[in-house]
Amino acid sequence: MTPTEKGKASATRGKGSAAAKKKKPAGKTSKAAVKPKASPKPEAKKATTKKTVPKTTAKKAAEKKIAAKVAVKPKAAWEPQIIVFACNWCSYAGADTAGVSRIQHQPNFRMIRVMCSGRIQPAFVLRAFEKGADGVLVSGCHFGDCHYIFGNERAVEQFDKTKNMCKLIGIEEGRIRLEWISAAEGARFASVINEFTDQVRALGPIPFSRSQPIEQTEDVA
Amino acid sequence: MFDLAKETNAWACYDCGKCTGTCPIARAGASYSPRRHVLAANKGDGSKVVPDDSLSACLTCSLCDQRCPAEVGYTDLVMRLREVAHGEGHEPECPHGGALQSVMRMMAKGGTTQNRLGWLTDDLNTDRERGGVFYWTGCAMYYDAFFPEFESKSLDGVKAAIKLLNTLNVKPVVSPDERCCGHDLLWNGDRKNFELLAEHNVNLVKESGASVLVTSCAECLRTWKVDYEPLLAGMDLRVCHLTEYLADNLDILSFSANGRRRVTFQDPCRLGRHLGIYDAPRQMLEAVPGIDFEEMGRKGPGAMCCAGGTWSNCDRFAKTMQVDRLREARATGAEVLVTACPKCQIHFRCAMNDPNLGDEITIEMRDIAEVLVDGLAD
Repeated sequence: MTPTEKGKASATRGKGSAAAKKKKPAGKTSKAAVKPKASPKPEAKKATTKKTVPKTTAKKAAEKKIAAKVAVKPKAAWEPQIIVFACNWCSYAGADTAGVSRIQHQPNFRMIRVMCSGRIQPAFVLRAFEKGADGVLVSGCHFGDCHYIFGNERAVEQFDKTKNMCKLIGIEEGRIRLEWISAAEGARFASVINEFTDQVRALGPIPFSRSQPIEQTEDVA
Repeated sequence: MFDLAKETNAWACYDCGKCTGTCPIARAGASYSPRRHVLAANKGDGSKVVPDDSLSACLTCSLCDQRCPAEVGYTDLVMRLREVAHGEGHEPECPHGGALQSVMRMMAKGGTTQNRLGWLTDDLNTDRERGGVFYWTGCAMYYDAFFPEFESKSLDGVKAAIKLLNTLNVKPVVSPDERCCGHDLLWNGDRKNFELLAEHNVNLVKESGASVLVTSCAECLRTWKVDYEPLLAGMDLRVCHLTEYLADNLDILSFSANGRRRVTFQDPCRLGRHLGIYDAPRQMLEAVPGIDFEEMGRKGPGAMCCAGGTWSNCDRFAKTMQVDRLREARATGAEVLVTACPKCQIHFRCAMNDPNLGDEITIEMRDIAEVLVDGLAD
């Protein structure tokens, strides 16, 4: 999927500062201000306490300990990974507004910019889920504001198809959402992101995901 | 690579070029040559064949297999070459953005509970877990959700098939845990995910205790009969197409005229050339009084493909073929073009939307089960 790399590169722009020091309203853990990938400090403690458990059989346990040290890095508690598709003219600019206005929001998403929300066909969303995204947000201009006149009407048609497909596969309805966000609505962008992230977090990881919640990774060790 | 040439009998090629001369997409104008692939495989030149884009252009319709005087298994060769290509990271340019492939791979990974039986109404007598006959629905509900413009025609065929089984006093198993048979993934070269699906599906049918598996999808049938065969060892399971099952029980069924007069039949590649089932659907159509069955010019082993077998390609050459075939169907004077594969319907219906040709190629299309269920005597 070629747009992914592009999106990753562009996602850091503008919103990085806002993301870096947000405060989360209803998270389970308290250290979400750090990037989800690298948060070794609070976890290191947890991992050491855990490793004392299989101490019963002497040699094997010791071997296991070493193996566990090598194989299982202490992992952050599960955080949702969300893909946000944003149209170039409204929603992407809306995100930018949120960034330059320093509006705080949760950082669990990667943004993929497209020229128009009408471009977002079911395949994009389904592919995101297949690759392990926990939620997908499709956003575009409000009706009547589309830069290409009727692109967002196409987006609705495509989104309906996507929704029906997801329903058949058994992906919860709460994992996908269609929102209209204009370039001026930075605050709205932030509130939609916060709301959607909480909603996806409540649903837990998608079964197709490679990143598993913390309980499962520790079982492996 | 040489093993591959040996197993698919590509060694036997004597370079006559009949395959390329026969190939429907080459005839429609594409610069596609089956012979090139056969020769490259024979030379052990995998590295050259594999990244070749045209490998995904093959319809796997098997027409060249039919015509090849040296009996080269070109269709098998393509399947194997695509596996090699997939292993090297080449993916076909899937039409529809690869949405359906994504769905299949998600099913292969599993973990969700599908809502695949929303269409099942109370008048259809089915069992969800156990029974002697397993009715394999295939991905009809996904097609209907993905192609809303065709007004849920794939499911109409499935419902009709279940009604037909019910009239034979069969209460088929229709399972909510069924997953895609993996046909398209296999033909796109993704054997790993295919095997995951196959294992799940075979276990599902095993647990149902069924001794017969009936399906009305030609592709599912081919997959169950041929590609699942190694997994079915030791299982007493008969896999058959709906029309075969009905033809076996023809003495119990009674039909009355259903108002349809002239019909013609599109042989799906999987049902016809891949499995050699030509007679059962024709026998069933002729069993309905009043139906005057008319063959198209290219029929049976020489039938034209709907040009979109494995969701791996669609282009102007495919459209040319479809329009050509629809003209042929119209020329028979038939009112209805009957087929036995949901994909044939989707592709021909799509071609009929051509705004420039309009009424020239429009013809009513039905699944064979729908035509038969209309004619059931009460």
